[in-house]
Amino acid sequence: MHRFASPEARLAVIALTVFAVMAALSPDRFLSAQNMTSMAFQFPEFAILALAMTVTMLTGGIDLSVVGVANFTAVVAAMILTRFAGPDATGADAAMWIAAAVAASMVLGLVAGLFNGILVAVLGLPAILATLGSGLIFTGLAVALTGGSAVMGFPTAIAWLGNGTALGIPVPLILFAVLAALLALILSRTGFGLKVQMFGANPLAARFAAIDITGLLIRVYLLSGLLAAIAGLVVMSRANSAKADYGSSYLLLAVLIAVLGGVNPYGGYGKIIGVVLAVLSMQFLSSGLNMLSVSNFARELIWGVLLIFVMIINTRAAPQRRPKPKPEASR
Amino acid sequence: MPKIDLARNEWLVALVIVAFCALAAVSDPRFLSIATLTDLLRGGIVLTIFAVGAMLVLVSGGIDVSFTAVAAFAMYVTAMALNAVAPWMPWWGALGLGMGIGAFLGSINGTLIALFRLPTLIVTLGTLSIFRGFMLTFVGQKQITTLPPGMREFGRMMVVRGTNADGSFYSLHAAFLVTVAVVVITWAILHRTMLGRTIFAIGGSVESARRIGVNVARTQFFVYVYVGVLAGLAGTIHASMARVANPFDLVGLELSVIAAVVLGGARLAGGYGTLTGTFLGVALIVLVRNSLIVIGIPNTWQSVTIGVLILLGTGLPAWQAKRAAARAA
Repeated sequence: MHRFASPEARLAVIALTVFAVMAALSPDRFLSAQNMTSMAFQFPEFAILALAMTVTMLTGGIDLSVVGVANFTAVVAAMILTRFAGPDATGADAAMWIAAAVAASMVLGLVAGLFNGILVAVLGLPAILATLGSGLIFTGLAVALTGGSAVMGFPTAIAWLGNGTALGIPVPLILFAVLAALLALILSRTGFGLKVQMFGANPLAARFAAIDITGLLIRVYLLSGLLAAIAGLVVMSRANSAKADYGSSYLLLAVLIAVLGGVNPYGGYGKIIGVVLAVLSMQFLSSGLNMLSVSNFARELIWGVLLIFVMIINTRAAPQRRPKPKPEASR
Repeated sequence: MPKIDLARNEWLVALVIVAFCALAAVSDPRFLSIATLTDLLRGGIVLTIFAVGAMLVLVSGGIDVSFTAVAAFAMYVTAMALNAVAPWMPWWGALGLGMGIGAFLGSINGTLIALFRLPTLIVTLGTLSIFRGFMLTFVGQKQITTLPPGMREFGRMMVVRGTNADGSFYSLHAAFLVTVAVVVITWAILHRTMLGRTIFAIGGSVESARRIGVNVARTQFFVYVYVGVLAGLAGTIHASMARVANPFDLVGLELSVIAAVVLGGARLAGGYGTLTGTFLGVALIVLVRNSLIVIGIPNTWQSVTIGVLILLGTGLPAWQAKRAAARAA
C-alpha cells in the first residue's frame, strides 16, 4: 500500500483500472478510434472548468461562479457573432468578428474574475458566498440579455474551436492540454504559484511572510475567470449556440473532479496532474457506462460513490504520509 | 459617517424587507392583502423547513448540500411505497414515513462525516449525486400523479380558508402549522438542551469542544440525522401540496436555501446562527421570487437581484468586521 502513497499515484491506478475494466467489458466499442475521439471532444469543456476550480481551491477558496461566468461570457461572444457576423460570414470578415468575440469573452471573464477577487480579497467575503452570489448575477445577466433563449447563428469557422481537429487531434483536447501544462508550470515554477500554495497551506504565515495577499487572491480569481471564459467558448463552439443555463451540472462536476484529483478543498495541496487523472477517470467511466447503456442517472450515482470512496482512502492514507496535527475536523 | 448597526444581518434583512414591501405597496396597493400574505406563506413553507435544517448544519460548523436530494428521495419513495403497500395510511403516517426515510439518508451523511471524518461539503456533494442517482436509476423517473390517500388528504387540509371582498380566494395550508412546530422544536433543541449547546460548541471550535468533553462524533451524527428528518418532512409536504411527486423537483434549490440562511446572519465558519435571521432570510428570498414584478423589475432579473442581495447581505457585515479588525490592529 505504501507504494501508492501519493493521491496522484492512487488516482493513476484508479484511472488505469477504470480504463482496463471498461475495455474488458466492451473491447470492440470502448477501444474503438471513434470512442477515443468522442471522449477527447467531450471532456475538455468541464475539465477546463475543473482547472479554474482547482486554482481557487488551492488558496482554500472555491469558485462557484465558473459556470455562470462561462455562460455569461459565451452569451456575449455569441451575440457579437450573430449581430455583426451572422452565419454567412466568411473569410476576413468572419475572422475579425471571431477574434473580437473571443477577445470580448476573455476580457469579460477577467472582469468577472476581478469582481470575485475584490469581493474575496478586498471586502473579505467567504469565497463560497461571494462566488455563489456573483454566479447568480452572471447567470442572471445572461438570462436578462437573452430572455432565457439560446443565441445561435454563428460563422461556421467558430465550430473549429470545439469540433475541429489539428493534425488529427481534437482542438479542444489540445487547448485543454496546453492550459493544463501552462497552469502546472505556473503553479510549480513561478513565485506566484509558490505563494498560492503557501497561502493555501497557512494564510496567517503567508501574511507574516509579507506576501501581498490581496493582490495574490485577485490574481487567482482573475485566472479562474479567464479559464471559465475559455471553457464557455468551447461549450459555445461545440453546441453551436450559447444559453444562460448550459452546463449547469458542470458546477458540481468541476468541484468533484478537483477533489477527486487530490486537491485539498481547504487549500495548500493539489497538483494539476491529479486533476488531469481525475478528469480521465471520470470520462472513461462515463463513456464506458454509456456503452453498457447505463443511464445518465446511474452515472451520477457512480460518480458520487467514486468521490466518497477516494476521499475515504485519501484520509485513511494521509496520516501515515504526513503526520499532521489533528485536523480541525470536518467542516 | 453615521453609525448604523449593520453588523447584525437580521436588521439589514428586515430593513430590506420593509423597503421592498413599501415599494410594492406604492406601485400596487393590492400587494398589501391577505391573499398576498397567504401566497407568500404557502411559498415559504418548504423553504423554511429546509432553511431551519441548513441553519442547524451551519451552526455546527458544517455545510449540507444534499438535503434537497434527501427530500426528493423521501417524497418519491413515500408516495410510491404507500401507493403499493399501505394506501390506508393516514396523513401523519405519510409524513412519518417521509421523515423516517430522511433520517436513514441523513444517517449515511452522519456516518461518513462523524465516523470517517470527511469534510462535510465533499460528503454531501457526493451523497447528493448518490441519493439522486439511486432514486432515478433504481426507484423510478416518472412522476406520480396519483398520490396515496394520506398525502392527498394532507394536501387538502387548510387552517383558514376564505374569500376576499374582491372575490379572490385565500387559504392557509395546514403545513404552516407543521412549519411552526419545526421552528419551535428546533428552537427548543438549540436553546433549551445540552445537545443544542454542544452544537454551538463544536461550531465555534471543534478542538475546544472536544477538550471540554463534548462527544463531537455523536453531536455531528445527530445534526445530519435531524437535517435528514427535516428534509424528508419538507419533501413529503412539498409533494402533498403540489399534488404530484416529481422526482426531478427540489434538487437545485440547495444553494438558494443556504443563501437565504446566510443572508439571515448564520456564519459559514460555524458557531453562530439564529432562527429569526433564518426566517427573515427565507422571507426575503420568497418575496423576491414571487413579487419582484410588483416593484417593476422584470422576472428575468430575478437571479441578478438574489445575487446582489447575497453579496450585500454578506458583504456589508464582512467588510465592517474587516474594518473593525484593521482598526483594532
